[in-house]
Amino acid sequence: MSAITDAAPAPRAGGGIAGSVRDSLVVAKRNLIRMKRIPEVVLFGLIQPIMFVVLFTYVFGGSIQVGGSLSQQSYREFLMAGIFAQTVTFATAGAGAGIADDMHKGLIDRFRSLPMARGAVLTGRTLADLAQTAVTLVVLAGVALLIGWRTHNGIPKALGAFALLLLLGYAFSWIGALIGLTVRTPEAATSGGLIWLFPLTFISNAFVDSNNLPTFFRHIAEWNPFSTTVQAARELFGNLPPGFRTPDAWPMQHAVLASVLWSVLILVVFRSLAVRKYRRAAG
Amino acid sequence: MPGAIYAEGLVKTFGNVTALDGVDLDVPEGTVLGLLGPNGAGKTTAVRVLTTLLQPDSGKAFVAGIDVLKHPNEVRRSIGLSGQFAAVDEYLTGRENLHMVGRLYQMNAKAAKVRAGELLDRFNLADAADRPAKTYSGGMRRRLDLAAALVVSPPVMFMDEPTTGLDPRNRQQLWEVIQELVAGGTTLLLTTQYLEEADRLAHDIAVVDHGKVIARGSSDQLKARTGGERVEVVVHQSDQLAPAREVLAGFGKGEVKTDPHTRQLTVPVTGGAKLLAEVIRELDTRGVEIDDIGLRRPTLDDVFISLTGHAAETANAEDAEDTEGADGAAKSKGRKEAGK
Ligand SMILES: Nc1ncnc2c1ncn2[C@@H]1O[C@H](COP(=O)(O)OP(=O)(O)OP(=O)(O)O)[C@@H](O)[C@H]1O
Ligand SMILES: [Mg+2]
Repeated sequence: MSAITDAAPAPRAGGGIAGSVRDSLVVAKRNLIRMKRIPEVVLFGLIQPIMFVVLFTYVFGGSIQVGGSLSQQSYREFLMAGIFAQTVTFATAGAGAGIADDMHKGLIDRFRSLPMARGAVLTGRTLADLAQTAVTLVVLAGVALLIGWRTHNGIPKALGAFALLLLLGYAFSWIGALIGLTVRTPEAATSGGLIWLFPLTFISNAFVDSNNLPTFFRHIAEWNPFSTTVQAARELFGNLPPGFRTPDAWPMQHAVLASVLWSVLILVVFRSLAVRKYRRAAG
Repeated sequence: MPGAIYAEGLVKTFGNVTALDGVDLDVPEGTVLGLLGPNGAGKTTAVRVLTTLLQPDSGKAFVAGIDVLKHPNEVRRSIGLSGQFAAVDEYLTGRENLHMVGRLYQMNAKAAKVRAGELLDRFNLADAADRPAKTYSGGMRRRLDLAAALVVSPPVMFMDEPTTGLDPRNRQQLWEVIQELVAGGTTLLLTTQYLEEADRLAHDIAVVDHGKVIARGSSDQLKARTGGERVEVVVHQSDQLAPAREVLAGFGKGEVKTDPHTRQLTVPVTGGAKLLAEVIRELDTRGVEIDDIGLRRPTLDDVFISLTGHAAETANAEDAEDTEGADGAAKSKGRKEAGK
């Protein structure tokens, strides 16, 4: 019979940034294992954006004018960055629901009684969701290539575009996390996590040329962090149609830089709000 | 110098429910405190405050000499917790759960793996180790949770109803584990509804009701407080209850209680074994045929009922009042008189 006390090492002090990263990865691994055991969640997360790609391409394909072009191919290429960006943002509602669910399960008491880094439960969750989003993007890009989407600036820039998209998704997942910590049920976190995404993604340049929007909405669209990343991805993919006039607004003119700035700002602000909320959510 | 677990004047209210109403505790290092009390007494709330999961409204708490309110993270390094409801991830296997906990206690991957294996063996979970915990039975989940609390061997352990839902063999084994831990110097706070468990494991017992500690002491001290010994007789036939009752009344130091259903009579006595022999002789003389007779000392059950006015494991205080309350009150009154 093995001794209960002998073999057990005394708990060591963790801490510092390294400890925080390690704890987050341990929690991320837990969430990835869960995803593997509940694959339907990942599956549905894939079907929705694929449906969007197909619907937008074949239903609206020829009827929306971008830049000076009405060609089906131009719109298809123009559209894809918008759908990628929409995919990474809509995935954040799932992160919020997962956190809301965790907060009301017994396991959270275990986490809260362990000497682990304070933000690790949330960081682990958002990192696992980031991994899931990355997989979704890869599949989606495959589908897009199948139906004729192409990039024109080389692979490094295309990868840069995907990196910006994932950074945006990661930043937004902290907004989802904050919502998940605020509401009482996963259902509320899902709907609460989706509501704000509709105006965000539709008052933007994701599906239309923002130059064609009414003035009021055009200004919003041009400063929208979501639009900024879409514009940056289009530039890097080389997907701006011939004759496209880049709006004069600063974030549109410096889309890559603005995209990074926006995402980092959102990440820092909402991460600290969420971690603080988590710590306060005692009992 | 305060004990390994020390609390002073803990108060916690939820809306208009006062869960803790000034709880004081002091558990010397290396001892076990059994926290007893009816449902809703505040046991779990006390455990949650002491394990940093809940902020009290007022009061002080120290665990392993560390201020729980000021330095919760240092306290977490010194405690292990098995809460009332199993805190395991349903979709992870038993092994993965324990490995994760080990890693979060800052063990390296290899040490965490070895430890997980040992604990799975020790808690009879080796066969189910690689199945997701959602396929576990209630008792298996409970054991996995206990194993998680023991991944490192922290100086102070909290177990909230650790044996609820365990079968007798597993309960016995957990008791052995606990005794081993305590022999190794661990301080333990244990809540339980099984008074036998408190009797067997706890050095000291605190009885909590309505958020207050209403009695404390060793099991023997509490029993002594509840009253002295009594004679219990089971007669062979119901028509012998009356003569037996007369005999017992002659020897007893209080009211004779009769239960026609079990044909049992009980009376408080003083005089011990010698008196018992006399009672038997007298019953024999009167031609009362007996199935069983004995001298009984109060059990912790009696202590519990006399202190809280109702039995442990009674879900609802009102129910207890109707069925057992009056009875319990009478018993306790009788005992107090006998004890004087
Ligand atoms: N989160 C909460 N919100 C509101 N009331 C609560 C909460 N937690 C506990 N209570 C109340 O506080 C009181 C004490 O509860 P507690 O869980 O500490 O009892 P307990 O002694 O552990 O009972 P049991 O034997 O049933 O486990 C109860 O009246 C309960 O309803
Ligand atoms: Mg309880």
